[in-house]
Amino acid sequence: MPFRPIQRLTALTASLTLLTACTANHAPDAGSQQPRSGGTLRFGLDYAPTCLDPQLVTGATPNLGLLDTLTAQDPLSGKIVAWLASSWQIDGTATTFTFHLRDGVTFSDGTPLNAAIVKTNYDKIVALGAKAGYGSQLLAGYRDATTPDERTLVVRFARPNAQFLQATSDPALGVVAAATLAKTPDQRCQGAIVGSGPFVLRSYRPNQEVVVVGGREGYDWAPASATHHGQAYLDKIDVTFVPESGTRTGSLASGQVDVIGNVLPQDEPRFDGNGFHVLSRIEAGIVLGLIVNENRPLLQDQKVRTALLKGINRGQIVKTSLTSRYKPATSVLSSTTPYYTDLSAELAYDPDGASALLEQDGWKVGADGIREKDGRKLTIDVIFGAVRSLELVQQQLRDIGVDLKLRQLDLPSLGSALSSDGYDLFLRDANRADPDVLRTLFSSTRIGAQNIADPELQNALDAQAATADAAKRAALVAEAQRQLVQHGHYLPINEKPTVVAAAATVHGLAFTAGATLTFYDTWLS
Amino acid sequence: MALLTYVAQRLLHAVVVLWAAYTLTMLALFVLPSDPVTTMLLGGANSDMTVDRVQLETLRHELGFDQPLGRQYLTLLGRAVRGDFGESVQTGQPVSALLWNGLVPTAELATAALLIAVIAGSAVALISTSTRIRPLGGLLQSATAVGVSIPSFWLGLTLIELLSFRWRLLPAVGGRGLSGLILPAITLGIPAGSVIAQVFGRSLRSVLAEPFIVTAEAKGAGRVRIQLRHALRNAALPPLTLAGMIVGSLLGGAVVVETVFARNGLGRIAVDAVTNQDLPVVEGLVLLSAAVYVTTSLLVDLAYPLLDPRIIGTRGMR
Repeated sequence: MPFRPIQRLTALTASLTLLTACTANHAPDAGSQQPRSGGTLRFGLDYAPTCLDPQLVTGATPNLGLLDTLTAQDPLSGKIVAWLASSWQIDGTATTFTFHLRDGVTFSDGTPLNAAIVKTNYDKIVALGAKAGYGSQLLAGYRDATTPDERTLVVRFARPNAQFLQATSDPALGVVAAATLAKTPDQRCQGAIVGSGPFVLRSYRPNQEVVVVGGREGYDWAPASATHHGQAYLDKIDVTFVPESGTRTGSLASGQVDVIGNVLPQDEPRFDGNGFHVLSRIEAGIVLGLIVNENRPLLQDQKVRTALLKGINRGQIVKTSLTSRYKPATSVLSSTTPYYTDLSAELAYDPDGASALLEQDGWKVGADGIREKDGRKLTIDVIFGAVRSLELVQQQLRDIGVDLKLRQLDLPSLGSALSSDGYDLFLRDANRADPDVLRTLFSSTRIGAQNIADPELQNALDAQAATADAAKRAALVAEAQRQLVQHGHYLPINEKPTVVAAAATVHGLAFTAGATLTFYDTWLS
Repeated sequence: MALLTYVAQRLLHAVVVLWAAYTLTMLALFVLPSDPVTTMLLGGANSDMTVDRVQLETLRHELGFDQPLGRQYLTLLGRAVRGDFGESVQTGQPVSALLWNGLVPTAELATAALLIAVIAGSAVALISTSTRIRPLGGLLQSATAVGVSIPSFWLGLTLIELLSFRWRLLPAVGGRGLSGLILPAITLGIPAGSVIAQVFGRSLRSVLAEPFIVTAEAKGAGRVRIQLRHALRNAALPPLTLAGMIVGSLLGGAVVVETVFARNGLGRIAVDAVTNQDLPVVEGLVLLSAAVYVTTSLLVDLAYPLLDPRIIGTRGMR
C-alpha cells in the first residue's frame, strides 16, 4: 500500500497554525537579494555538546549538516518528504517499511550509499542500545532490515510503529559511512564522523569549538524542503560554545560572531532591528508543562488534577514573564506538531471552577488560605531542572488554595527523584515533531514517564502507533490529546520557541520541523 | 645522601596523600543518592528526559555500577594503581585522554597567569616599598587588597565588556593563540599577583628595616642597589612558600575563568564531571590536582636552600 501523506482534514488546521508559527523563519530581506556562495559563518552556540555524533548523543548536539537522513520533514507542512530515500511504502499495520534509495549518493570519503550500509547503521544502533539512546528508542521493536537489491531497504518491526517514518527524518537515524561504524562510540563522539551531508567536519576542540566546511563536490541530493540545491553556500562554519548568555549577546553585538543560539526573553528587544534580526520557531512536541505522578494517592484524584489545570492562567504567564514569541499552551502538543488539536477551551483559566471542584471534593480552605481535608493540607511538590520561573504558577494556584512547593534540582538529583518516584509534579517538555511522543510520555514504564491507567487513552495511543493512514491517525491523536487534558494527566503551561539572533548580513537561516537551526540554505551578504 | 632520604620520604608522603584524596572522594560520591548512569541517560537539556529501565540496568552492569561498593572501590583503585583511570560515564572517553586534552590548555593559561602574577606582583611590591611618593605606595597597597578580594567572575566579564565588546581590542571567546590567551590570563593572574604583592611587600618592608640594610646605606649603596642586591633575595622566601597555594588557586580559578571565556581545560572538565557526578573523571581530576600540589610543594622545599643556604644547616630536612 503506498504511503499517503497527511490528509486534507488535518493538513488544513495543521498548516494554518504551522504557517503562523513560521513567519519569522527567514531573514526579513532574504527575498530581495540573490544568495551568494562563500564566507565563514561564526555561530555562538549556547552549550558545549558532550558528543558530536547525532546517532550517539544523549543530550543536545547542533545540526551541522554532516549526516543526511532517509527522509526530511517539511517545517511548514509537517509532511515527510524525500531525501536519501526517493520513495517508500508502509504496510497496513505499520510494521513493514520499504524505502527506495536515491542513486548516486556518496559519503564524503567517496564510498557509495546503498541499502546495505543503511541496514548496517540500523543494526549497529540497535546493538549499541543505551549508548545510542535516542536512536535505539526510535528503533524500538526493530526486527530486522533486509536488502532485496542495492537500492531497496525493507525494515520490519515486531509491533506496529507508525512513528518510524518521521523517525527516519531525525538526525539520530542519520546515515554514516562504514568508516564511522568501524570506530568506537567514543571516537565517533569526538568527531570521527563521515556522512553524506553538505558539510564535513574539519576540527573539534571539546568544550570550545567545532569547525565544519562546505563545498562538497557533487552534492546534489538536498531534500525537497530545502530552498536550493547543490553545494551549501557557506565555505565554513565556526561554532564556538558560549554557555555564558552575557558573553554570547556581547559577542554578537560587537561583531565577533554572526549568529547566537538561545536568546533569552530579556535580550530579544536588543536584536530586533539595530542591524540584527531575531528568528524563532515554536518547538514541536509536548509543550512545557507539569507531568503528574499518578502513583501518588492525592493525584489519583481526577478532581484535584483538573482543578490544578483550571487554576493555571497561561495567558498571564506568557504576558508577564515571556515575549510574544512564546505562546500559551492550547493542548498537550504544541501548535507546530503534526496532528496538534486546539483545546484552548478546555485550557481556559477558570479559578472559580477550580475552587468549586476542590470544594465538592471536600477540600476546605484553612486559616492560612491553604485547603485541607481530613487534617491534610493540599500541598503539592514540583521538581524541575533548568532555571525556570514557576513562581507565577505558584501564586496562581495559591489563589485556589493549593500550596505548591518548588524544588529546583541539579541533573543527578533530578535523576534520583525520578527513578525513586519521589515527586508529585515534574516540569518538563519533550521535543519531537511526531505525535508518538505522547506514547513515550504517557504509555511507558520509562523513568520520568507515566503509564496512565486509563484504557481509553491507552487504546488511542496504541492505535495511532498502528496506523499509517493519516486521517485515522489524526483522529486517534486528537482523542488522546483530549483525554490527557480533560482528565488532567498533564498540566500544559506554555509553548516554547527556539530563539536565535543573527547579524543582518546572515540570510537563509532555517529551522527543522523540530525547531533545530540548520545552515544548508544559509548565506552571507 | 641526606637529600635522597628526604626526597624518598616526601615521595612516600605523596603516595599517602594521593591515596587519601582518592578514597575520600570515592566515599563522598558513594554517599550521594544519585546514580551517574541515570544522569548520563537523562542527558540534560533537549533530550526527552526519560530513561529506559532495561537499558539503564544493562549499562550499569557493563560499567560495574551494580557491584557492591567495596568491590567497586577495590576494582577502581586496583586499576588506578596500574595507571588505568577508566572511562568517563558521560562521554565514554578514556579519563587519561580527557584529562590530557584539558591539561594542555589549562597549563598554558596557568603559566601565562603565573607569569603575569609574578612579574606584576613583584613590581608592585618593589615600587610600593621603594617609592618616595607616599600616596603612590599607599595606592598600590590598597590596590592589592582590592585585587585579592575581587571575584574573578565579575573581573572576567568586566574585562570582556571593556576590552572586547567596547574597544574591540581582543576576542572575548574562541580566540586562538596568544590573542585569545591575554584576557583569561589577566583575569586569572590578578588575584594571584595581588597575593604575591601583599606578601612580598610585607616581607620587603621588614627586611628593609633590618640593621644590614642600614649598614649598606651607610656604605653608600643606592636605593635600587639596596632593593635588588640586598633586600630582594632575603625577602623572597615568604612569597616562594606561597607558590604551592598559588598554583592551587590557579587551578581552582580556572573553573570560573574557563567558563566565562568559553575555553576548554581542566576547570571546564571539572565543572561537567562534578555536575554529572561522573565518578571516574572526578577521581582522575582529584588525583591529578593532588599530584600537582604535592609536586609543587616538593619543588618549593627543594628550592629553599638555593635562596638561603643556611636552611640546610638550621632547619635540616623535615
